[in-house]
This record gives sequence, C-alpha cells and structure tokens, in this order.
Amino acid sequence: MTFFLDSGSQMTWLVTSASAQEAAPPAPAAPQPDSAPPPPPGPEAAPHAPSPTDATHSAVGAPEGHKGPFPPFDTHTFPSQIFWFVICFGALYLLMKRLVVPQIAEIVEGRAAKIAGDISEAQRLRLQSDTALSAYEKALADARASSHQIAQAATDKAKAEADARRHAIEAELAAKLADAESRIGAIKTKALADVGAIAEEAAGAVVHALIGQQPSPEEVSAAVSTVRGS
Amino acid sequence: MANDPIHQFQIHEYFPLGQFGGMEFHFTNSALSMVANVAVVTGFLYLATTKKSLVPGRVQSVAELAYEFVASTLKSSAGTEGMRFFPFVFSLFMFILTANLFGMFPYFLTATSQIIITFALAMTVMLVVVGYGFYRHGAHFLGLFVPSGVPGAVIPLVSAIEVISFLSRPISLSVRLFANMLAGHITLKVFAGFVVTLAGLGVAGIGGAIVPLIMTVALTALEFLVAFLQAYVFTILTCMYLNDALHPGH
Repeated sequence: MTFFLDSGSQMTWLVTSASAQEAAPPAPAAPQPDSAPPPPPGPEAAPHAPSPTDATHSAVGAPEGHKGPFPPFDTHTFPSQIFWFVICFGALYLLMKRLVVPQIAEIVEGRAAKIAGDISEAQRLRLQSDTALSAYEKALADARASSHQIAQAATDKAKAEADARRHAIEAELAAKLADAESRIGAIKTKALADVGAIAEEAAGAVVHALIGQQPSPEEVSAAVSTVRGS
Repeated sequence: MANDPIHQFQIHEYFPLGQFGGMEFHFTNSALSMVANVAVVTGFLYLATTKKSLVPGRVQSVAELAYEFVASTLKSSAGTEGMRFFPFVFSLFMFILTANLFGMFPYFLTATSQIIITFALAMTVMLVVVGYGFYRHGAHFLGLFVPSGVPGAVIPLVSAIEVISFLSRPISLSVRLFANMLAGHITLKVFAGFVVTLAGLGVAGIGGAIVPLIMTVALTALEFLVAFLQAYVFTILTCMYLNDALHPGH
C-alpha cells in the first residue's frame, strides 16, 4: 500500500508516510500546551497528516505535491479518459475493420491463394507430363511389339520361301540322281553284256595265239561264262 | 518531483472540452497518448502494407506478423468462426501493445497504467461477449453457467460459482494489465531514482550506483517483455471469452 502513498520529493514519500502514521496516534495522548481544545494534531505533523481519523484517508488524499488522490484512482479524470477511450478505440476499430485488416488480409490471403494456385498448376502440369510420358511409353511398347511382329513375319516368310526353294531343288536333284542312276544302271548292264562278248573274243584270240587253233564260239562262251559265274 | 515514482501516472489536462451531465471533459495527456496510439497503429499498418508485395519487405513482414499472430491466436482459441471478431481482437491487441510500448518512452504516459482505461477495455470485451452471446444464442447463452455432466444436486452451487467467475472476469482482466504496467513502471522509476540519489553522494556513491543502474537496464528489458506479454495475455483471454460467446455449451 505504500506505493499508493503520495507525497513530495525524493524518497521522503516513504519516510513521511511512516512517520506520519507513527506520529499521529500518540498525538491526542501527548500532553499539550494550551492551544487547540479538542483533538489537536501534533504541531509539526499538521501539514503532513491532518488527524488520526484521517490517517487512512490521507494515504489517498495526498498531503502535498499532487492535488488529489493517487492518479490512476482519481475519479475526476475518469469521464475524460472514458470519453477519449471510446473515441480512440472506436476510431481504431473502424480503421482496422475498414482499412487495415482488409488490406493485410488481401496480401496474406492473396499470397495463400497464389501459392495454392501455383501448387495446383504444378500438379496439373505434372499430371500432364505424366500422361504424356505414359503415352510415349505405350507408343514405344507398341512400336517395339509391332516391330517384333513384323520381324517375326518377315523371318517366317523368308524361312518358308527358303524351305520351299530347298525342297524344289532337292526334288530336282533327286530326280536328276534317279535319272543318272538309271542311266548308270543301263550302261552297266550294257557294259556287263558287252564284257562277255569281249571276253569271248579275247579268249578266242588268246587261245588261237597259244595253240594256233580257233576254238569254237560255244566252247569259248561256255568257258567264259564258267569263269564269270565262279 | 523528479524522483517521484507516482508522478508519471499523473493526468494533465491540456484544454477543457466542456461540461456534460455534471462531468468535466478535458483533452488530457491520456487522450493524447490514445490519439497518438491510433495514429501510429493505423499509420504504420496502413503504410507498411500499401505496396502489397508478394514477397514482403521488412516493414510489411512486421505488419503481416502481427496479423498472423493475432489470427492464429484467435483461431486456436475460438475456431475459424471466431474470425468474425478478428478486427476487434486485432484492434485490441494493437491498442494495448502500442500503449504498453509507448510507456517505455520517457515522458510518455502509459494509457494502460490507468485503471479506468484497462477497465474500459475489459468492459468492451465483456459487452461484446455478452451482446454477441445473447444475439446469437438467445437464452441458450445462459447455458454457459450450467456446465454439462454435473449432477443435478450441485448445479445451483456450480452455477453460482460460474456466475461469480464470469462477473470477476472484467475485474481480473483490467486489474492484471493495470497492475502489471503500474508496478513495472514504479519499480523502474524507483531503481532509476536510486541511481540518481547514489550518484549524488560522491565517489563511493557513483560506484554503488552501478548496481541499481544494472537493475534498471535489466528491468527495462523485462518491461518490454511484459509490454508484449500483457498484450498477448489480454488478447488470448479475450479470445477464450469470445469462444464462450460462440459456443456457450462448453
């Protein structure tokens, strides 16, 4: 409560209030000269603390320095302060509501909207690039598959063609082979048939040269066929 | 007078405005402080954001920071619905913060060290809470005083406690801010007074004056913290009370 006490200068505001309260109670009991009759305050205490009954009141009602009580509790200033508070706070509220808050809100929310818009735009673009990428990959896979198919078909066709040609050549070769074999067979039989006649002639000639006689063809032929048959 | 720690709260009447209903109205240093407060807050916030840069500069960042700080406080306490009170809560926060910070300048009156101003602020909050609560919920707003899940027998007792706590809100709200600003400024002034007094005592005194000087510097830093903190406390309590007005059913 000492802070609410109020007095003149320096640190005396603490000291005077303490001494005033100490000095006041003994004042009535103290032997007094002949001056004031009923409740006389101490002579030198008078300017500071008016009377014992007034002691608490004097704590608020300042003895000197200020006129009036502790400033924040001075009701005299209240109407003016309330009046100006209402004007100032009302003006501040209106200025904030009409002018400042919309302006800052525009900035803050504009930025938030811009960021959200940018994010959604980026997302849209990413989605777009994703679809483009998947389309490209699909096209690539398609191309790869179709190229594979084409290559397969070409290979198959080439293989079939080659097979057919091979078969034809093989057949031709087989025919030629058979032809040649039959010709060889004919030649061989003819040659083998000729071999007897030659052998007979040669044998006849050999015999004639050896013995000077011409053997009969039947004998020679028989002898040759005997030798050939063995 | 120079060392009187109370003198800084003195209201000076600059010129009279007249009388009304037996009351005198003056333009005082308290009024000057509030007018300057409104001018500084509006001027700063408006000029800082006129450019509307997408990438904010330093000044615009401060304005946006204040905006988003109050917006997040309000949203976390009263939900998105509470944003309808944003201009009010934002005005309240900026007004108290600026008034508190004005107090850190020598020779400036701290408007929030006047109990009548903090009480008027608290009553404004309570009027908004009660007014909106009844406007929005009608008689259901009184459900605020009947917490759900309480056995029937103790409802009268609990309701009485709730009513008392509700009625004490404007007092606690205003006295907390007032007492913090008042006590802080008195302490600061007393320690600063020690420096002057001790320094006047000669060489030894000058040496001894260093201790209260360090205290004064430390207290000044603390007072800046308190200036911000009390504005925040007032704001967040306002948000909680507004949440009661929006959702009285607990």
